[in-house]
Amino acid sequence: MNELLQQILNGLSLGAIYALIALGYTMVYGVLRFINFAHGDVFMVGAFSGLYLFRWLKPFFDGGRWLLAALVLLGAMLISATLGVLVEWLAYRPLREKPRLTVLITAIGVSLLLEYSAQLLFGAAPRGFPSLVEGGAIGGIGGLHASNVQVLVFLVSGALLFALRFIVMRTRIGLAMRALSLNPTAAALMGVNISVVISFTFGLGSALAAAGAIFYASLYQAIDPFMGVLPGLKAFVAAVLGGIGSLPGAALGGVILGVVETLVVGYSKELGIPPGYRDAVAFVILILILLFKPSGLLGKNHREKV
Amino acid sequence: MSESKSLLELSGVGIRFGGLVAVSGFDFSISTGELVGLIGPNGAGKTTVFNIITGVYAPSEGAVRFSGSSINGLAPNKITAFGIARTFQNIRLFSSLSVVDNVRTALNLHLQTGMFGALWRGRKFREEEHRVRIEALELLEIFGLAKMADAPCRSLSYGDQRRLEIVRALATRPRLLLLDEPAAGMNPTEKVELMKLIRFTQERFGLAVLLVEHDMKVVMGICQRIAVLEYGRKIAEGTPSEIQKNQRVIAAYLGEEVVDA
Repeated sequence: MNELLQQILNGLSLGAIYALIALGYTMVYGVLRFINFAHGDVFMVGAFSGLYLFRWLKPFFDGGRWLLAALVLLGAMLISATLGVLVEWLAYRPLREKPRLTVLITAIGVSLLLEYSAQLLFGAAPRGFPSLVEGGAIGGIGGLHASNVQVLVFLVSGALLFALRFIVMRTRIGLAMRALSLNPTAAALMGVNISVVISFTFGLGSALAAAGAIFYASLYQAIDPFMGVLPGLKAFVAAVLGGIGSLPGAALGGVILGVVETLVVGYSKELGIPPGYRDAVAFVILILILLFKPSGLLGKNHREKV
Repeated sequence: MSESKSLLELSGVGIRFGGLVAVSGFDFSISTGELVGLIGPNGAGKTTVFNIITGVYAPSEGAVRFSGSSINGLAPNKITAFGIARTFQNIRLFSSLSVVDNVRTALNLHLQTGMFGALWRGRKFREEEHRVRIEALELLEIFGLAKMADAPCRSLSYGDQRRLEIVRALATRPRLLLLDEPAAGMNPTEKVELMKLIRFTQERFGLAVLLVEHDMKVVMGICQRIAVLEYGRKIAEGTPSEIQKNQRVIAAYLGEEVVDA
């Protein structure tokens, strides 16, 4: 029983990371109706930004490790947000009026560009990622253990989700985002500056991905230029699972995916699934969801009016 | 300013989509306080003209001027800021937003703190936000929608949704209001209500109104002047009674008379 709870706890922290990435996919889909396949690579850039920020800032912080961690996190989020806005501006905006397939293929191009540029800059070999917060496992309640990093993941992801909800539901730019996702033409004709809203959406999604990247790197303690590929694809699955375009859906999908994946690996012997199949779990879920509930758990069916 | 008092002026406007000439050589003007109809058979280019005026399409030729300045090829949100608002042939409300949020989206255009000021909610922002809600509610009140303010707008009846579209358009503080087939799908009683509503709106807000409509009773009933489009060209313009007698217009709608040789 305890082991099960422990596995679920581990799954939740992985799920929180998937959720942070998935939100970026779903938000961009909401405003532009296309899947930004370069999102996973923006995630990767977030991790590398974190690594270098940590190195540069470390000499200035002797005792305040938490402050350093906060600065690394915020800095990486800012850098990724800038990159996300830049990618949209340079690669996607010129194609705004073109068929969606064109943009989709461009996104794959941008993805490859980022991956191989990173390889050129940082080398292909995996790099160690420092543990941002010291200390190992915190002795938990009822024999459950959560590492410092896991606690950080829960607290910060929770805070970020609340902040996102606040921005989307309670601010003017959030209202503009919702209006744009419901009807771009009408939104523009009501005076909403669509380009500003789209840039903001990319920035917001990329910042969340960077936060996810810092956590991911802290958990696995190694990063490389292609680290964004699998988490990116899995987060995409999470977004589809929750219902693409739905923010609560993306969060829910991420958490479910993280827990299921961890459980499959944790109970691989009992289930008769070799642990090496962990990455297949997400895609089996994708196939099932596309077969049985293509609109996702919290998604709405789109009725297209002619 | 110059002698010309027209608010909106289109001269020689045309647009092609590939080889298809949708509108060509279209001259038209409308002044404040006027209620003008734009009619024509299906596919004549009426909605295209709307899309050119509101910046959804940039014209391939000709000039569009609004209160003295050229608005050719400006982005839709810029044109909206100039004072042109529209409603849609098929209702395009933000369906899952509340009634009042639909109106707020449009009202936000004229706020000072801007979209990002809203992120750190200073006192100025909160005051402004409060004012926006009041203003939205006042507008809704005029059109009898205030009691539904917090309901999702898709729960409104068809007629109320049409009205809400007009309210939302008015919230951008337009000087010219474009109505694209507002009577579509309405029964005769609702149409009579609509005609009153359009006239009321125009007088209350001192607007110029350009109306695209298929229903001749509505058009003839409220418009002071009517322009007729056929195959993207203007074939007639005049008062309702002139238009009703115009042979060219009758031919466009009913087909040419067969003349014996």
